[in-house]
Amino acid sequence: MNIIVCIKQVPETTDVKINPETNTLIREGVKSIINPFDMYALEEGVRLKEKFGGKVAVLTMGPPQAEAALREAISLGADEGILVCDRAFAGSDTWATSYTLAGAVRKIGAFDLIVCGKQASDGDTAQVGPGISAHLDIPQVTYVKKIESIEPASEGKGWLMRVERMMEEGFEIIETPLPALLTVVKEINEPRLPSLRGMMKAKTAKIAVWGQNDLKLDENSIGLCGSPTQVIKIFTPPPRTGGRRLQGEIPEVVGTLVELLKNDLA
Amino acid sequence: MDYLLTDEHKMVRELARKIADEKIRPVAAKYDQTEEYPWEIMKVIAEAGLFGLFVPEEYGGISPTVLGLCLATEELSRACGGIAVCYAASALGTIPIVLFGSEEQKKKYLPDLAAGNRVAAFAVTEPEAGSDASAIKTTAKKEGDHYLLNGVKHFITNGGDAETYVVIAMTDKKKGARGASAFIVEKGWPGFEFGKKEEKMGIRASSTRELVFTDCRVPAENLLAREGMGFIVTMKTFDQSRPGVAAQALGIAQGALDVAVKYAKERHQFGKPISAFQGLQWMLADMATQIEAARALVYACAREIDAGAKDVAKDSAMAKMYASDVAMKVATDAVQILGGYGYMRDYPAEKYMRDAKITQIYEGTNQIQRNIIALQLIKETAK
Repeated sequence: MNIIVCIKQVPETTDVKINPETNTLIREGVKSIINPFDMYALEEGVRLKEKFGGKVAVLTMGPPQAEAALREAISLGADEGILVCDRAFAGSDTWATSYTLAGAVRKIGAFDLIVCGKQASDGDTAQVGPGISAHLDIPQVTYVKKIESIEPASEGKGWLMRVERMMEEGFEIIETPLPALLTVVKEINEPRLPSLRGMMKAKTAKIAVWGQNDLKLDENSIGLCGSPTQVIKIFTPPPRTGGRRLQGEIPEVVGTLVELLKNDLA
Repeated sequence: MDYLLTDEHKMVRELARKIADEKIRPVAAKYDQTEEYPWEIMKVIAEAGLFGLFVPEEYGGISPTVLGLCLATEELSRACGGIAVCYAASALGTIPIVLFGSEEQKKKYLPDLAAGNRVAAFAVTEPEAGSDASAIKTTAKKEGDHYLLNGVKHFITNGGDAETYVVIAMTDKKKGARGASAFIVEKGWPGFEFGKKEEKMGIRASSTRELVFTDCRVPAENLLAREGMGFIVTMKTFDQSRPGVAAQALGIAQGALDVAVKYAKERHQFGKPISAFQGLQWMLADMATQIEAARALVYACAREIDAGAKDVAKDSAMAKMYASDVAMKVATDAVQILGGYGYMRDYPAEKYMRDAKITQIYEGTNQIQRNIIALQLIKETAK
């Protein structure tokens, strides 16, 4: 089973600071890590490879330093890393990013499965995974919490996969033919630690770097000009202030509440 | 201080630190309390490949060096000296096979030990043969194609949990120390049983048991080196493994200092953090300096062994003795800095103090280390 895992390098913080003038993330002084949700995608990809054979290729789009994320992925069991990196891709929104990554997937060639994390911890859009499947016109299953069963390809029939998909209330069981794209939630597995052998392999691994010259994508669909999203303003919503607790006998409390609703909150 | 480590050694340190922080620290207090053998952590260490650090690559090891083993042991000990010694004691049981094993013995035993599928132990000490290893009473009598082992070993780290044991026994009592031999013995062989598990002051995650041999048949091909080499096997093994105990002490000292510094910054008395008081600052400064001096000595000794130095007994003894004395002092001071909280089990300081003590005792007491150093010193000046 040949698997492609898409990852993103993100700042290691849950408290993302935004430069109010440029509307971009402040990255200075913040360590970069693999998006935590992508770690589950990578682990699932590596487990499937260990079970069914094949290869895991890790794909990311980003600046040159995103190569470190690919090396880390190799230390965790991936076989190869591909960095999609070009000034022409800068400023991509989720549409242009997924279009570009889909182009890279086509260049990789035959694959059975693409696995992504459910969303990135910095942008939080959860759109790139589904976007890639749309551009490639393959089935997608989002928020997968468990791969229930996999029927390997046999005479005339391709792979068939049954997965559990996490919903707000309960879960869905979905069957999909492969190739398909999954986005996974953290309930799916517990990612492993790297191994010494993996780290040594990662250090010397050759990372492929693909730019617009390699992918030859539609000039109008990449980078800032290929991005339909326009960011007007980014701001941190003010934190919710604590509520007020009314205590006492019920009739009295109800009276106070009615007064409050009438006057203070009107 | 920058010790100009190679990229590979930095990786070992980074990986061991990750295991210590993410996997060991959260469970250190639990194992200290229950005294259970930390199999879940040993599995993590095995999967990470750290058991390969003391086995040559042709037998499944990964870039083996004494310095690598020291870095791994130091980082693991920062989180728990007890769990770290389960790992380091397997190195101790493996090193004699690496140093003295025949090709067949190495092929048979090392790959599983390198992968961490099996854990090893080294059995020298007996109830009446501690510092005086020549007083060993366990005997190995040759009968045809095998030896019959009889006797009791005690205080054996990993005893009962290890699968592969290197056991020192007398093949010729008349020859004294020169009549000792080393054998590879497997758990489960008839006549090989385990006695009581010791209840210890510290390093409580590790197991310490008695090994009881009653007419235990050991195939002749499991004799390590030659008959009469047991004492040499023991000494050469300890020369290589002592930096590991030193590294364990170093890690315990660093872990205790980390706790003390963190606490001193958080704890407020008289309206300011206690780290603002010079009395405590000087204690912390001394602790940090002593640790750094110990680290320099341990790494220098490990590098010397890796470079192939022949006679390392003195340097190895210095590293073990100094680092363990520093660990005991630093851990005791850490408890002092935490005051009443330092004495309580809810805080991690007292565990470091309990764990530190054994490093002054095992693999040769620090008094024996001083004997080794002094003897070598006198020899050198006599030349």
